[in-house]
Amino acid sequence: MYKYIIKRTLLVIPTLIGAAILVFFLLRLIPGDVCELRLAGTGLYADPAEILLCQQNLGLDKPLFVQFLDFLWGYVVFDLGDSMWTGFPVTHEIGLRFQLSLQVALMATFVATAIAIPLGIISAVRQNTWIDYVVRGFSIAGIAMPSFWLGILIILGLLISTQAFLGEPWMPPIEYVSPWEDLGGNLAQLIWPAIATGYRYSAVATRMMRSALLEVLREDYVRTARAKGLVEKVIINRHALKNALLPVVTVIAIEFAFLMGGLVVTEQVFNLNGLGKLFVESVQNQDFNMTQQLVMLVVLIFVITNFAVDLFYAWLDPRIRYG
Amino acid sequence: MVTTSEIQVESDFEELSEKRTWYDIAGNLIRKQPLGAAGGAIVLVMIFMAIFADYLTVYSAVDNNLEFMLVPPDDKFLLGTDQFGRDLLTRIIYGARTALFVGFAAALIGSVAGLVLGVASAYFGGTFDLIFQRIMDVVMAFPLIILALAVVSTLGTGTINVIIAITIPFIARCARVVRSNALAIREIPYVDAARAMGFSDSRIILRHMVPNVMAPFLIMLTAFLGQAILLEASLSYLGMGVQEPTPAWGLMLQGGAEEFAESAPWVAIWPGVAISLAVFGFNLFGDSVRDTLDPKLRTR
Repeated sequence: MYKYIIKRTLLVIPTLIGAAILVFFLLRLIPGDVCELRLAGTGLYADPAEILLCQQNLGLDKPLFVQFLDFLWGYVVFDLGDSMWTGFPVTHEIGLRFQLSLQVALMATFVATAIAIPLGIISAVRQNTWIDYVVRGFSIAGIAMPSFWLGILIILGLLISTQAFLGEPWMPPIEYVSPWEDLGGNLAQLIWPAIATGYRYSAVATRMMRSALLEVLREDYVRTARAKGLVEKVIINRHALKNALLPVVTVIAIEFAFLMGGLVVTEQVFNLNGLGKLFVESVQNQDFNMTQQLVMLVVLIFVITNFAVDLFYAWLDPRIRYG
Repeated sequence: MVTTSEIQVESDFEELSEKRTWYDIAGNLIRKQPLGAAGGAIVLVMIFMAIFADYLTVYSAVDNNLEFMLVPPDDKFLLGTDQFGRDLLTRIIYGARTALFVGFAAALIGSVAGLVLGVASAYFGGTFDLIFQRIMDVVMAFPLIILALAVVSTLGTGTINVIIAITIPFIARCARVVRSNALAIREIPYVDAARAMGFSDSRIILRHMVPNVMAPFLIMLTAFLGQAILLEASLSYLGMGVQEPTPAWGLMLQGGAEEFAESAPWVAIWPGVAISLAVFGFNLFGDSVRDTLDPKLRTR
């Protein structure tokens, strides 16, 4: 087991270095940078000397190789550098938005789990009945619907229904308040993006729950349990569900790592000032450093989640033993 | 001894060897895979819309017409008009062109490149395989849209660049799946036999191994189609994809759809319906392709 953990940890390192190389050189493939955009982006004449000065300040005039080593060295000394657009430290910019994005991600995961597990179970137990078809239709629709469109529909529905019932249209608040200060105001803002992201997320998990449970229900030990006259409810809850949950947990965890991607669009729809929006802005501003650090954060979350899932799997299922 | 699976194979052969007309095949498909056939029908309607867009529409998809801004749906503009006075139905029909072009191009290029690279990686093995797999690890560690956004920021926006941005993550995903299938095939003696006969590597890869990983390849290809359309819509919605005035569904939702949500909800509704229907159709079709080709999922 320890050998496996060490081997698995060592495999993480080349992935992270590869991601750093990929994103670093990808961003610098084309001519043009944040300085030109900031000084000449408005269409006015920009003094070449001024652009050069700005590039020198940000270290963009150094050879690419040196810039790359600087970028890596930052991780060794725990200094992620400054945003090239605002000039504030990257950690400061991320810190401002991290709580919001994390909260939406956790709420979306909760919504997804709360939808997926019961629906998946019903769908499997009542296989090929109308309720199964309804659930499957619901989950296929969740995969087909873009989450940003679902977000627009939610806003639209809120506006129209509040107009009809309360007499005046109501929109979720724009300003973020911490849940410790004002839980009601916090939820009024974040529950909607969590539903929009969570529904799509639940679709994959529902399908996995259904197929995993169906597979387990065909196992011999379930037939044995039925043969000795156990109540169906006990068979499902005590015998089948425990084994069927394993792949579902995996899917939910892996999708969590990809939630950041989903947040990019959802935060745009609901105008939330989170990490996804910061990412889109820094890509548009050609803020190399900010983009790099955000991408590395996402990749790190992905790698750690995958690692945790593998360990969890090995710990949960005694049949899995790694050499 | 004849096992049940051999009987199954024999009957499959009989089925294949019979001469059948196309409506027999279609009827058979509808009976065996009703959902897949429905998905296929949606896809066919979309292809029809995309090809004959010029004959199906009377208005211009790109010209502004300030006389008719945000007209509600009526008998002149069936789905209403947007804030520039352009007919929504016309733009949705032309949007099918953009969506299908991006979808088919990205899915085809991505899966074919993934197929060749995946088989080559399995065939050569050793250091090449190891390095290639680490590169795939890196590409797969990015959420689809994050990598696509990074690529678009490098290449710039526009239809072709969007296709490239979507293709790159697809290559990695397809190569990974194809490689694991090809690893099993490499162990089969006919590959050794081909090598012993002195065939070149590229001939063994293309003529002997590639045809035997067609099932996972087709499954990936059909699954990519819906994903590509969804990804293109998301990129365009973020303003990092297809650019105005090209009609694209994601772009139509971006063009102030939220601002006009209350006064002109049709602007925010119909393009989204088009995206969802298209992805729905491709997914249903892809699911039934997977059910047909994947022997583990085949129901008796």
